[in-house]
Amino acid sequence: MLSNSDIQSRLEWILRTVQKPGRYTGGELNQIVKNWDEIKTKVALVFPDIYDLGMSNLGLAILYDLINRRDDSLAERAFSPWTDMEAAMRRQELPMFSLETKHSLADFDIIGFSLPYETLYTSTLNALDLSGIPIHSKDRGPNHPLVIAGGHATFNPEPMHAFMDAFVIGEGEEVIQEIIDCVGSYQNGDLKFSSRENLLHELSKIWGVYVPSFYYAHYNQDGTFSQIKTLHEAVPEKVVKRIVPKLPPQPTKFIVPYIDTVHNRAPIEIMRGCTRGCRFCHAGMVNRPVRERPLDEIIDSIDRALRSTGFEEIGLLSLSSSDYTHIVPLVNQVSERFSDQHLSVSLPSLRIETVSVDLMDALKDSRRSGFTLAPEAATERMRKIINKPVSTEQLLNSAKEIYTRGWTTIKLYFMIGHPAETMEDVDAIITLCKDVRHIGRQVIGKRAKVHAGVSTFVPKPHTPFQWVPCNTVGEIKIKQDHLRKHLRGPGLKLNWNDPRETQLEAWLSRGDRRMAEVIYTAWMKGAKFDAWGEHFNYQAWMDAFDSVGLDPTFYTHRSRSLDEVFPWEHISTTVTKTFLTQDYLWSLGGRTRIDCREQCFACGVLPAFEELRRRNPGELWKCPEVKKKRVTVREDGESTSR
Amino acid sequence: MRYRITFAKTEAMRFTSHLDTNRTWERIVRRAQLPLAYSQGYNPRPKINLASALPLGFTSSNELAEIWLEKELPVKKVKTHLLGAETPGLKIIEVELVDPKAPKLPNLVHSAEYTVTLSEHFNDLTERITRILESESLIRERRGKKYDLRPLIDAMDELPPRNQGNQQIRLLLAARTGATGRPDEVLAEMGISPQIAKIHRSKLILQKID
Repeated sequence: MLSNSDIQSRLEWILRTVQKPGRYTGGELNQIVKNWDEIKTKVALVFPDIYDLGMSNLGLAILYDLINRRDDSLAERAFSPWTDMEAAMRRQELPMFSLETKHSLADFDIIGFSLPYETLYTSTLNALDLSGIPIHSKDRGPNHPLVIAGGHATFNPEPMHAFMDAFVIGEGEEVIQEIIDCVGSYQNGDLKFSSRENLLHELSKIWGVYVPSFYYAHYNQDGTFSQIKTLHEAVPEKVVKRIVPKLPPQPTKFIVPYIDTVHNRAPIEIMRGCTRGCRFCHAGMVNRPVRERPLDEIIDSIDRALRSTGFEEIGLLSLSSSDYTHIVPLVNQVSERFSDQHLSVSLPSLRIETVSVDLMDALKDSRRSGFTLAPEAATERMRKIINKPVSTEQLLNSAKEIYTRGWTTIKLYFMIGHPAETMEDVDAIITLCKDVRHIGRQVIGKRAKVHAGVSTFVPKPHTPFQWVPCNTVGEIKIKQDHLRKHLRGPGLKLNWNDPRETQLEAWLSRGDRRMAEVIYTAWMKGAKFDAWGEHFNYQAWMDAFDSVGLDPTFYTHRSRSLDEVFPWEHISTTVTKTFLTQDYLWSLGGRTRIDCREQCFACGVLPAFEELRRRNPGELWKCPEVKKKRVTVREDGESTSR
Repeated sequence: MRYRITFAKTEAMRFTSHLDTNRTWERIVRRAQLPLAYSQGYNPRPKINLASALPLGFTSSNELAEIWLEKELPVKKVKTHLLGAETPGLKIIEVELVDPKAPKLPNLVHSAEYTVTLSEHFNDLTERITRILESESLIRERRGKKYDLRPLIDAMDELPPRNQGNQQIRLLLAARTGATGRPDEVLAEMGISPQIAKIHRSKLILQKID
């Protein structure tokens, strides 16, 4: 195996021949380099796409900080090489390496993949292959690193079950510490792990860790999933997602890239989760309960981040910024405190209310490039089905306010492809965009612009739409053609996705274990960087389905019956299937739910985390309070609780 | 107030482009908590000027940048603050106060000196250099445009071999707006692949103002 100094010297030559070599050098401000030989447990944090994207991932920054704080462990970063770099690396027999010390991934003890979305799967296999690590978990021996993955996509880990030794389900802040402790206790001198099997057994006992090789999936005659059985007694039948009861203060000493990245700014998380319950939204379902960060802590984080990085932009991140309890004081304090510093503040995910316009206005957003609203659907009927009950009147009022306050462009995000959607609903997108433009013209004249971003609906597991079939590529094309034909003219702009790329996301989202073979075959046939239009290889995927003998439409276009058992049910987000079923049925009847801060709909999260809620009373959780346990004092003076 | 900074761009930052180096400077000044001035208008830009773009992959021991601050601070203080905010790969060497009315920094640059270290040995290096210097014109094409490289070469010679005996060439090239000689172009003209060369900018020479 090549040593890190061999890798470093070969890199010296390769870097002169590739595009954007700054992606591969590391060495940026605030990077942490520890003494490799003195550290027991070495973790490679891998985002299986290029540096430019991966460096914006807050999850990785959090783990990087936490792991490097420990005296016995280190974390280094690795990203996928772009195709020109990969070709050069394969020619020179260079493995995938870490940016900090240029060690091969195979030199690490733990490789942790971040999988926020499904289209990273083939690049994950590619990363393992580039590092000379067996792609299938079963082929790894005592001297191979432990390969794990976490992130939103792993709430349905099954399509990737064959490649990962373990998955982290849910939030990583606490569980990463327990994993490192556990791995550390199995490390010994010559081999990486004394017994891989025993290590995996111990890992499977940790709350939030799923070891797929201890489970076996059974299917019915018709190809649907029947059940999953544990292969060992000690293994939990259900893996409950991990949460942190109180969000620990976030890292602020971010690595400052030398080259431009997608979100070249300091990410500041203001809260986790969302109480709105949009039925298509995976993040909204799997990130419950909603937990907020205290206002003072956020301000302090911003201050620290700016001092240690010099970033000229911050992003206040959450799934629904305007729902943060202290959003008005937050915005006011940010603009007062940092107004003389030419700081740009991005506040994504604003609700369609005029108060959102006030918020953006208070931030004195210097760019005034565009104001984004996401009605998702253009008719009130469809908005009821997806549970985003905004009225068109509300939207038009907000639009007027936005143009009046000086923005010239409104970006409207829509989603097409729900099976209940008719051509009238699609047509309404055109009408709505033109209505918004009309209002804009009344206020600011010809400068008014409307950009419509129309994405395609992908039913996600663990959501009320997990039963729902997708539109076929043909149906989507008809809808998109209609939009392209009519949503045009001065001031109008339309963006859409290739419906075939959406199909891939749809196959993988609700895939079962059999899909692993499809992923592997597609990768063997050349699929990688699936999220990049120019690299997406539809034919490789179709051929893979064909050679594995699976029908892709089984995963996408089939209507699932209410009593169907899903391949991801042994992974518990704590939102119950009973609740999801009820919400699905409500959607069929066009019945909506209000914000669950106003009324608890018993989704299941609170009973599952009752004890955590009890120990964390007050306003940081948005779930209702639970009563104190009655404490009785026994005669021997010890207290017990009931 | 206008300050001129002399700095080195070392290995770690050699792949940071001109634009990204500009942004790196903005962040250094922000971290240094100095009152950086911004342009007026719709889309305020930080008032930072770099003298001359350094091609990707080159290192330099003599780059120049100018920053404008909203108030006048002692040079010593500015330097101390900046030193505390450096980024790996960028070393601040000198800070001085500049007449705000002086011409813009990029317009002041006259020529640049480079040291080229070759990782392969050329027995006929002297002849190759002589051939270049004795040419009347060297017509080359870059990005689809034809130009004459020869008048952009002010001087060129072989340096006495240094560490590990690698051959080194010193180049003095024009670096005026619209007339900039590139060391990799000179190497290519000599029949040497720029990929086997380490190129270091050792000096930026400014015009003398009367």
